[in-house]
Amino acid sequence: MPIQAEENVENRSNAEHGVIISTRDVNVYYGDNHALHGVSLDINKHQVTSLIGPSGCGKSTYLRCLNRMNDTVDSCRVTGEILLDGVDIYGPSVDEVLLRARVGMVFQKPNPFPKSIYDNVAYGPRIHGLADNKDDLDEIVLTSLEKAGLIKEVQDRLHSSGTGLSGGQQQRLCIARALAVRPDIILMDEPCSALDPIATAKVEELIDELKENYTIIIVTHSMQQAARISQRTAFFHLGEIVETGDTEKLFTSPTDKRTQGYITGRFG
Amino acid sequence: MSFYPLLIVLLLMSAVGYWFGSKKALNTVRKSTNFITPRPHQFGLYVVIWALVPPVILSAIWGMLQVAPLQIEAGTLRQIDQVVFPVLLLLATGAGLYFAILRINPDLRVRRTIEGLVYVILILASIISILTTVGIVLSLLFETIQFFGKVPMSEFFFGLNWSPQTALRADQVGSSGAFGSVPLFTGTLLITFIAMCVAVPLGLLSAVYMTEYASSKFRAVVKPLLEILAGIPTVVYGFFAALTVGVFFRDLGDSLGIDVVSESALAAGVVMGMMIIPFVSSLSDDIIMAVPQSLRDGSYGLGATKSETIRKVILPAALPGIVGAVLLAVSRAIGETMIVVMAAGFAANLTANPLQAVTTVTVQIVGLLVGDQEFDSAKTLAAFALALVLFIVTLCLNVIALMVVRKYREEYD
Ligand SMILES: Nc1ncnc2c1ncn2[C@@H]1O[C@H](COP(=O)(O)OP(=O)(O)O)[C@@H](O)[C@H]1O
Ligand SMILES: [Mg+2]
Repeated sequence: MPIQAEENVENRSNAEHGVIISTRDVNVYYGDNHALHGVSLDINKHQVTSLIGPSGCGKSTYLRCLNRMNDTVDSCRVTGEILLDGVDIYGPSVDEVLLRARVGMVFQKPNPFPKSIYDNVAYGPRIHGLADNKDDLDEIVLTSLEKAGLIKEVQDRLHSSGTGLSGGQQQRLCIARALAVRPDIILMDEPCSALDPIATAKVEELIDELKENYTIIIVTHSMQQAARISQRTAFFHLGEIVETGDTEKLFTSPTDKRTQGYITGRFG
Repeated sequence: MSFYPLLIVLLLMSAVGYWFGSKKALNTVRKSTNFITPRPHQFGLYVVIWALVPPVILSAIWGMLQVAPLQIEAGTLRQIDQVVFPVLLLLATGAGLYFAILRINPDLRVRRTIEGLVYVILILASIISILTTVGIVLSLLFETIQFFGKVPMSEFFFGLNWSPQTALRADQVGSSGAFGSVPLFTGTLLITFIAMCVAVPLGLLSAVYMTEYASSKFRAVVKPLLEILAGIPTVVYGFFAALTVGVFFRDLGDSLGIDVVSESALAAGVVMGMMIIPFVSSLSDDIIMAVPQSLRDGSYGLGATKSETIRKVILPAALPGIVGAVLLAVSRAIGETMIVVMAAGFAANLTANPLQAVTTVTVQIVGLLVGDQEFDSAKTLAAFALALVLFIVTLCLNVIALMVVRKYREEYD
């Protein structure tokens, strides 16, 4: 297994940060389509891990296993072990709905609800009863917007529609919305692919700040982006993990030919 | 020459023109140039247009002249009709044919002529439909004005008593007629209200079930079935209301010791509601399906349950469409005739009690126009006044529905 070669590096970074998610031999099937083949990967706490690989190789599928979003797809079946802080999230004691509050998600296309900016951010806290009164809720909404770096741009129009913002602002609103339910982990599926370069830079900057307090797993098609913002990278190919390791090492001296081919742009 | 032979000759002539035109185009145009030219059949069409447009215009002019006949002796008129007109027509056709074929050459812009004709036909079609609508509204308006010449407006709009029997002979007594339309409108509102109370919750909930909970197999079977329900003729619902539901409510009332007439507003409203359920559910179904999956994902991704997602994200997002669907359903219920004719009856009671018989505007319009009537009696004209008010009400409803939808849609995009 290619992972073997990385064992040393992995142990080193684990010591610094500790493993928060550990996946072992995960297989995913959409009906008869075997989309993920025995994927094993550890995610470190308070780091940014990026998942790269050609389209259709199962990056989104893997990401959606981590908060059990795949449960909403009728035909989807997941086997293997996914431990979050040592607890199997597909085990009987875990409520997938509450899991998703702990493992937040930001999607490829910004998807603010057709509600006001305030109500977008307050949506999660209201559902989970995180605020006892209006002041608490205001507090949560404002700090979430602040953490998402959006507060300056929206503070005097909190009650206008979230869908009226620009694409980049919408995406940061979605991040604020996810932060408002106080997750430990944030999954991001190509969060910048619908954004222009300036908005992308803002979101990247934000991700870099967020890793102090959150564990972030991001799917990206941009190798530069993975190199800029992530500490660890996993390369997916045809439903398998080909190589994982520290980002710097993976991009400068990949051990597998396929990784080499992908990052030098020979396929993908 | 009479109409059909003339028509056949015209068609034959244009067929010949088509043949000649495309043949000439093939021989001369296609061979004479290296450039891309219009296709031969387009030249053929060009000739046909030139052959048919002059006679059509001539006939139109001729038809208009007949509306206001010239002051000529009958014999001459018949001669013109039988001989001069057909000959003129055929001459015009022949001339058109001849010149069109003569003009065929590679530089001729036949496509422009063809497109021009298409344009004219489309404009004519829309003008005709608009004019028809305007005509109907105007005739409603004029008859209504006449009606208000016989019956004062205040009586019609504020009168609480409706019994439109007017005297047939001058010496008849006791039937001067009363045209207070209030009981009709309250009756319509009552029945519509009952119908919406049945249709909106059931239709909406079934749409939510179908879109969010049902498996795709179940959906594939049941959705078409619901749509078949929408195709049942309303007269079927009507006797269902009259013979089954009405009697059921009366018997139920009897056993509870409540007095329910068998032609109750309740029976008519409930059946009308059932008729509208598929209408509401199928419209709402489409609207809910159109809410982007990304919004559902966003909500689930924050740890919301299915029912929270439906209540707090999907239904609000779909609200404009649903409001529109409900208003359309109301407008349909108000205009519905058959069910109420059969189930609600003609008694114009002014009551808000759903267990009593009421009547509706549409039923009374039917009642006023059934049987032999003098066209300018107040009784007949009353139907026009009712129809005009009904028209204005449903028009307003539709306009409001559109405005609501547009306002929410702006917010949503
Ligand atoms: N909802 C779904 N239903 C069926 N098949 C799916 C679904 N989502 C993804 N797949 C399949 O799973 C494979 C991996 O897809 P995905 O994880 O979206 O790839 P990536 O995100 O790396 O581009 C693809 O073959 C895709 O066709
Ligand atoms: Mg993807």
